[in-house]
Amino acid sequence: MWLVAVIAIPILLCWVPIWGSRIAGRNGSAWGAGLVTALSMLALSQTVQPTLDGGMATETIDWMPTLGLQLAFRLDGLALLMCVLVLGIGALVVLYGRYYLDHVDRDDRFFSFLLLFMGAMLGVVTSENLLGLVVFWELTSVSSFLLVAFKNDKAAARKGARRALGVTGLGGLCLLAGMLLLGEVAGSYALTDVLAAHDQIVADSRYPYVLILILLGVFTKSAQFPFHFWLPGAMSAPTPASAYLHSATMVKAGVFLLIRLWPALAGTDLWFWIVTGVGMTTMVFAAFVALFERDIKGLLAYSTISHLGLITALAGLNTTTAVVAAIFHVINHATFKASLFMAAGIVDHEAGTRDLDALGGLAKYMRSTAILAGVAASAMAGIPLLNGFLSKEMFFKEAVEVGAVTSLALPALATIGGIFSVAYSARFVWGIFFGPETGKLPKTPHPPPTWMQVPVWLLVTLCVVVGMAPALVIQTPLIGIARSVLGEATPAIDIHVWHGFNVPLAMSAAAVVVGALLFRSYDTAAKLREGLPRAPKGVSLYNDALGLAFRFARGFTERCYNDSLTRYIVLVLVSALVVGSSPFLGDGAPDSDMGWDLAPLQREELPALAFIAVLILGAVATVKFRSRRFVALIVVGLTGLGTTLMFVEFSAPDLALTQLSVELATTVLILLALFFLPENSHPEGSSARHGRDWLIAGGVGLGLTALMFAVLSRPASSIADYYIAMAKPGGGGTNIVNVILVDFRGFDTMGEVTVLAVAALAIAALLENVRLVRRRTTLGATVRDDERHPFLLAVMTRPLLPLLLLVAAFILLRGHNLPGGGFIAGLVTAVALVLQFLASGLRWTFQRLDIDYTVATALGLLIALATGAAAMLFGQPFLTTAYTYVHLGPLHFELATAMAFDIGVFITVVAVLLLILVRLGEVGEEEGEHE
Amino acid sequence: MMNLAFSAGVGIVAACGVYLLLRARTYTIVLGLLLVSYATNLFLFASGRLSIDKAPIYAEDTTSYADPIPQALVLTAIVIGLAMTAFVIVVAMIANQKLGSDHVDAGREDDA
Repeated sequence: MWLVAVIAIPILLCWVPIWGSRIAGRNGSAWGAGLVTALSMLALSQTVQPTLDGGMATETIDWMPTLGLQLAFRLDGLALLMCVLVLGIGALVVLYGRYYLDHVDRDDRFFSFLLLFMGAMLGVVTSENLLGLVVFWELTSVSSFLLVAFKNDKAAARKGARRALGVTGLGGLCLLAGMLLLGEVAGSYALTDVLAAHDQIVADSRYPYVLILILLGVFTKSAQFPFHFWLPGAMSAPTPASAYLHSATMVKAGVFLLIRLWPALAGTDLWFWIVTGVGMTTMVFAAFVALFERDIKGLLAYSTISHLGLITALAGLNTTTAVVAAIFHVINHATFKASLFMAAGIVDHEAGTRDLDALGGLAKYMRSTAILAGVAASAMAGIPLLNGFLSKEMFFKEAVEVGAVTSLALPALATIGGIFSVAYSARFVWGIFFGPETGKLPKTPHPPPTWMQVPVWLLVTLCVVVGMAPALVIQTPLIGIARSVLGEATPAIDIHVWHGFNVPLAMSAAAVVVGALLFRSYDTAAKLREGLPRAPKGVSLYNDALGLAFRFARGFTERCYNDSLTRYIVLVLVSALVVGSSPFLGDGAPDSDMGWDLAPLQREELPALAFIAVLILGAVATVKFRSRRFVALIVVGLTGLGTTLMFVEFSAPDLALTQLSVELATTVLILLALFFLPENSHPEGSSARHGRDWLIAGGVGLGLTALMFAVLSRPASSIADYYIAMAKPGGGGTNIVNVILVDFRGFDTMGEVTVLAVAALAIAALLENVRLVRRRTTLGATVRDDERHPFLLAVMTRPLLPLLLLVAAFILLRGHNLPGGGFIAGLVTAVALVLQFLASGLRWTFQRLDIDYTVATALGLLIALATGAAAMLFGQPFLTTAYTYVHLGPLHFELATAMAFDIGVFITVVAVLLLILVRLGEVGEEEGEHE
Repeated sequence: MMNLAFSAGVGIVAACGVYLLLRARTYTIVLGLLLVSYATNLFLFASGRLSIDKAPIYAEDTTSYADPIPQALVLTAIVIGLAMTAFVIVVAMIANQKLGSDHVDAGREDDA
């Protein structure tokens, strides 16, 4: 589990810096971050041996096996290289950040985000599963968003962060689609399988889509043209984050993936033209822009884009030596660019500005920084004896040796890129440290703290050592890394500072000489550039597209979501009609040969016909009398009665009982509500409106009729046989519906009584502290005051109560075997109690029945829950029924735990209904009762 | 014919319910919801087919029962329907008090 620990430690321990700052302030947060990084390194050292021996370590945790989604990790040479970069530069950035952020509030948060990012990045580079890789990929986008937006009180930081997230997030979605497709094509989401399936993938007709989607992810992440514009915007991040994310790690994720998937996807013309094309374009274009940047971090950002273009171009070349060069340049670029970013941060920190027009002559104040930056910039320019020179030479060599068509174009472009690279490197060093002092510095520069320079020292030393003794230092590891990507195809690698006089050397020389000349005549070049027509900027295109999307979304939302409930209903119904009727029309008509069941009526079906008539009569009458509230309430009950009778007729006694008692409760409920609803309704709309509504209503009715008839005309095939067979032996009851409710589907019932309870609590909350004015009514009796309760009703209902409660108990107890059960018994009990409220008034009843219905609701739910959980104590799944037969003298009955569950349901139903009805009853006050 | 009559009954009840829903007054919406629930419950129930004298309760000499699953589903649906009706009514009451109108799009006359 060491490998998992490498990734998990920074993510799970990302709170340590915040904790550390509570204890020891700034030092605490930095030490916390450093400690976590060190722990992760320690874990890495425990698992690294197989990789060093030329193999790899793998670890797998199943996440969603059915989806092919695993948290699988592998540590091969390439992954190890990236891990070392992420952890090593991460540690240096923590040290550097401690001093850089010494005037910033909440630096602990910064370190916390940094650790989160570190973990995500480690996950990307070690993922063995394609989907896992995408998950970590997105995590890097999110955590880098937090880092870029760290100075969230500045609009530029927020905007830059949003843009970075927008572009890389969109790319991430493309990548997800591409990976899903790749997994389908390769038949596996495991990287090892995918890498072995090159021929199969390339031959597949979906290969172009796979390639383009994945490349969209790569190009957005690695800031390749035309998606590069987010990276300069992200320079509003604190410089330690830029040094980490935007030079060494996150932007490398894209090119890392190119190299990672190279064995699976490369080797085609399509790959070459897209990857190398985009890479070369980016390299030349960004190097050109970098030359004219005024902001030193902007210059470094465009330079980074340019170098990423170089690596991309190498990866596109389809030769194994080019891959080796690409990997080498990943290492070199990380070292010199991270140190340059840190140097830029020191300048910003000490001089207070990043503007090349204001900077100048700083070498006088910070000699060592000037030397370090000078060396690192020389590496960036490709000066011999430094690491940048070596990989650039390899790049030139590859450019020269590639195919015939491009034999001139590629070396030419490569040299042009090299020229700009030399020129902007010179401008960076000269503009900051030498050149005339402008006197425009916001503050007098001081030498930076020693420890702030230590990371730069280390990185620059690496640049020099690798540059001077490559064969000694880097050759062996590079071969190991290349072997982990290329396997047997790994070419012989021979890195030397001196390869003799050859074409690449001539290109290098040309680049240095012409670049130096270009730098010398910078002012002329800048003037010339002013005259050049500007291509549309990526940023403004992006902003336009974003604005368009927002306008469209807003317009669409405003059209649909206009606060008119009626419009929503119409929209929903009409779309349901369109979708629902499509299968009936056209070719897709389902089993049209099956026809409609028009069997003649049987004798025993005649009563059903009468019940249907009642049903329809009630519905039509409700529409007719809708403005006469009381009448409407009675006739809508007619439909309820019709429904009940249908259930009686068609073998559903439980449903009939339920429907009947619900009818009673509904009627009481609406009667109570009628006090608070206006007697005279708002006038209804135009006749055109009526016509439209009838059209929609008719459509819905017709559609439902057709659907119902279609269903009924087809033979039934149900999964019920199992339940029917098992109700008695498995659930211990003969009423199959009840056994389903309390046993087979007890979990559903549990959820449904919970919904009931939630509805009741919501109603109680809505009515909390609300006083509603009750209309004066012609109906006479009200539930609340004492005087107006009809004497007869009160006298009649009191003896009725025990009778009804007895009936309810009976219904509850027999429910498992005969029609009845908790729901129905609960409804009957509630109605019996509500009757008392109606007949004798709230006050009278409350004096005798002082129960907190909210507590009772909870109690009912708890009983049901406890019954279910009790089964788990016996090692059975939740809600398993146990039952036994009890013989007690003359009494023989069955005792099932389902009964306890049903009692829970019963209590909940009673409490919920009383909660609702009583709250409704007590909420009102007479008109004029209060001022 | 029985099936057709039943289907038509369900359809007509639903149509009346929808028409009431579209009247956009709180009370008609409550009535409309009631009718639509009746229709929906009958629809669900009938998806287990219509059978007479086959109540799903064990009996000595019976082997064929009505489908109990839609019945179980509809039973809870009926009870939840009651809770929903109560909820809608309470919202209607409070809206009426606060807005002084029982039009559900109060302030947006015939704007559907």
